[in-house]
Amino acid sequence: MITLVKRPTPSRLWIVLTPLVAVLLTMVAGAALFAMLGKDPIEAIRTIFWDPLFNPQFAAYSRPQLLVKAGPLILIAIGLSLGFRAGIWNIGAEGQYIMGAICGAAVGLAAYPIDAWWVFAAMVLGGLAGGTAWAMIPAVLRVAFKTNEILVSLMLVYVAENLLASMAVGALRNPEGGGFPGSRNLSQYPAAANPELIAGTGMHWGVVAAFIAVIFAYVILSRHMLGFQIRLTGQSPRAARFAGVNAARLILICLGISGGLAGLAGLFEVSGPAGQISIDFGSGYGFTAIIVAFLGRLNPIGILLAGLLMALTYIGGELAQFMLGLPASAIQVFQGMLLMFLLALDVLTNYSLRWRKRETA
Amino acid sequence: MSIKTILASATVALSLSTAAFAQDPTKVGFVYVGPVNDGGWSQHHHESVMEMKEHFGDAIELVEQASVPEGADAERVFTQMALSGADVIFATSFGYMDPIINVAAKFPDVKFEHATGYKTAENVGVYSARFYEGRAVEGLLAGEMTKSNKIGYIGSFPIPEVIRGINASYLEAKKVNPDVEMSVVWLNTWFDPAKEADAAQALIDNGVDVVLQHTDSTAPQITAQKAGDVYTFGQAADMAEFAPMPRISSIIDVWAPYYIERVQAVIDGTWESDNTWDGIGAGMVGIGEITDAVPADVKADAEALRDAIAAGDYHPFTGPINKQDGSVWLAEGEVADDGALAGLNFYVEGLTGDIPQ
Amino acid sequence: MGSIDPLVLLAAIMMASTPILLAALGEMVVERAGVLNLGVEGMMITGAIVGFVAAYESGSPTLGFVTAALGGALISLLFGVLTQFLMSNQVATGLALTLFGLGLSSLIGQSYSGLRAPLTPDLHIPVLSDLPVVGRVLFQHDAMVYVALALVVGVWAFLKFTRAGLILRAVGESHDAAHALGYRVKLVRLCAIAFGGALAGLGGAYLSLVRVPSWTDGMTAGAGWIALALVVFASWKAFRVLAGAYLFGGISVLQLNLQAAGSKVPADLLSMSPFLATILVLVIISARKKGATAAPAMLGRVFHASQ
Repeated sequence: MITLVKRPTPSRLWIVLTPLVAVLLTMVAGAALFAMLGKDPIEAIRTIFWDPLFNPQFAAYSRPQLLVKAGPLILIAIGLSLGFRAGIWNIGAEGQYIMGAICGAAVGLAAYPIDAWWVFAAMVLGGLAGGTAWAMIPAVLRVAFKTNEILVSLMLVYVAENLLASMAVGALRNPEGGGFPGSRNLSQYPAAANPELIAGTGMHWGVVAAFIAVIFAYVILSRHMLGFQIRLTGQSPRAARFAGVNAARLILICLGISGGLAGLAGLFEVSGPAGQISIDFGSGYGFTAIIVAFLGRLNPIGILLAGLLMALTYIGGELAQFMLGLPASAIQVFQGMLLMFLLALDVLTNYSLRWRKRETA
Repeated sequence: MSIKTILASATVALSLSTAAFAQDPTKVGFVYVGPVNDGGWSQHHHESVMEMKEHFGDAIELVEQASVPEGADAERVFTQMALSGADVIFATSFGYMDPIINVAAKFPDVKFEHATGYKTAENVGVYSARFYEGRAVEGLLAGEMTKSNKIGYIGSFPIPEVIRGINASYLEAKKVNPDVEMSVVWLNTWFDPAKEADAAQALIDNGVDVVLQHTDSTAPQITAQKAGDVYTFGQAADMAEFAPMPRISSIIDVWAPYYIERVQAVIDGTWESDNTWDGIGAGMVGIGEITDAVPADVKADAEALRDAIAAGDYHPFTGPINKQDGSVWLAEGEVADDGALAGLNFYVEGLTGDIPQ
Repeated sequence: MGSIDPLVLLAAIMMASTPILLAALGEMVVERAGVLNLGVEGMMITGAIVGFVAAYESGSPTLGFVTAALGGALISLLFGVLTQFLMSNQVATGLALTLFGLGLSSLIGQSYSGLRAPLTPDLHIPVLSDLPVVGRVLFQHDAMVYVALALVVGVWAFLKFTRAGLILRAVGESHDAAHALGYRVKLVRLCAIAFGGALAGLGGAYLSLVRVPSWTDGMTAGAGWIALALVVFASWKAFRVLAGAYLFGGISVLQLNLQAAGSKVPADLLSMSPFLATILVLVIISARKKGATAAPAMLGRVFHASQ
């Protein structure tokens, strides 16, 4: 029978190969699915993976949009990956993202209509504070009472969603919006807007922040004491304790960073692409980012690529919907398959397959 | 200019010329907020679009996209549609308002139509239906049919559109039945079948025997059917499968004629930005058949009300009407103007409870 | 306006709570085996659609529920194989399962929206159903309400009294020790995952066959996430899952009833209260036990037998 034997170090070959194989397998399985739905499978696959990048009609617009869509995913996933590496499980990034958006937008809306440079700066601080504070709840509970942070951070997502709905119809509602839910549009309030920095590139402050976060995480993990502590704690909490790592401090730092980055992502989204606090502002970026973090193997460069890949399937999927009439659900299944294949094949990087005779397991 | 772009533009030019040769069909795009089989709002738009497509046949090319979240994703979808060569794009949800205005500014040659919004531009028209006219007819039926003198209203979000409907039906119910009381249950969702079923059950458990709904699923109908002596009204769609009981009538969104008219205008090159708010008279709001569960005289009254509204002889918001706090809103004979109705955010006198803020 | 009749309210709560009760009970068993499956929502909605299709095509609600359980179990095995044999991360895989399940169900359900499920009859239990007042409230529901209650007792007894239950708990507390004792950790976990999937499927089907009863896209509307919260709230104990389900279901039903009765209620505060209560319970448990939470020790950890 086949058994898995743990490799002493992850296979470099398979680190590169698994995503490629997974994408190929998804293309094959997806093509079968699209064929079953009566669509031309080749054309569907081409529309999803090729057209957003190279179709002359769309590419000039779609390529920058990849950055807009991937930016928040990468920013959140980078923060999460630090904690995940140390065995600290923040799965409530969606809640921190929403709270960052609420707090940041609240600052901007309170300042309306002041036109000064510090408005946006204050909003950034507000977003950072909102996300960090929301993540500090599970962090402090974990440190003080050893309460499981997975569950607390998850519960707080629902609380944040309820808060968002009540803010959109209540405190933050646009007073000139005819009673409709939703705040003022921040992208139409220049001092608070987060516009495209260079026209036609999709770059806004959130994307810039995502790139900075990638570099920052890379440096921390490879050259900094904190990175060493994170990796050591992840590999062996006991060894880390002997090495003098302060576990409580690490929990506070990791959750704080991930919450802060998620909050920033929320702020940049609400002041830029989304524009306003609305009832369904929370679009699941916080959960998708968890998947992105794992697809990127908790490695900053990997996360950058995984975020772009996810964004590509979103944008290509949209194109396939209206160009070919594929149902939205088929695209969702397609994305699900891609994730499943990636997760399934990941085993090959850390384990090798061996044939061996059957023995008592 | 690289070879690639030259080639690309050559292909585009080529395909454009062949398309022009084959009598370039007008490309019409539709974007929905929900899935096209949600049983309510999006499904009904989609079905109207199918009618429109049937009318034009090959003269138009139809592209649709469902389940598009409001916000940044919507803006991208509109842009991509415009880039793909759409001549007119219909955005069928209120939350698409700011994205559509942004995209319209970038594509001055593309026409945009936005349902239920209020921001227009040179190439952006808005359209909505005066559902409150239908609500008034429902209110009359509810006031007449209730035996417990308690009617229930399942509300979605506390926005003017919904509050208008609540006020319109309550005013009419009160007119025919001074003892009537109305309970409003707010769900904060347009569509959540389980929650809607629970809400209908809660109302029925509290003695309500007529349930009106401003949410989109048929769950309240089924709950009422199980409970027995409870009346309901179809919402958005006719929901005729629940007739004659519990569904005794319905408000139907009739979009197809409007879509046909506007797409025709695009084909003819006569399209202009508009602000359409039509009701029963123009045929945008349909009153579904009033079933035999309703006594003949009540049915006649309801139909008379419907016809009076359609003819413009009667406006459901005609004074004297006081606000909930007792202050005067409309004096004797005064009719609410469209501006006041569009932003309506208070209950009329007699309704209990608060509008959630 | 009228006051709320507590007995009628209880009857409504029994119905409203059944889907989350079933799903949470299944997830509890999964977690007791040391596995965290965040894909409950995906399994529920899969159960909702396959149960609906089977019941609609065959006209038999019973067949619908059986199919829903099988469908839920089948899709949960996708998670099982990935996490147990391919050792993928449970959090990520569970989330992927939810995404996959939501898409799949909506794809299957395309041609089934707007149709009516065959009616699941209410039981008429001799003697009990005829009791005055109580009989009508407690003993005239459909069979699934009682199946769910029976499952609570069954799961409790299984975990407490049977050898298999002991093994399952041992696997959840220390997979290495269980492995050393010769138990097949992965097999036990796979069975638990499938059981959890089956119950989530039943919970979903209860929505599409009894409570709503018709198919609509995304109709579970977050019930799976509430079930996850519920397991924690119940600190992994069967009867507390029952109490929690009635409490969670009760709060949402009560909220609607208070509105219907004309009381002024802060609706958003009430709707977030179950989650705040769950956090509070978690903190109290962990503070009281000085860190030894009630959570199974191996929750979410990957097991790989090193030779």
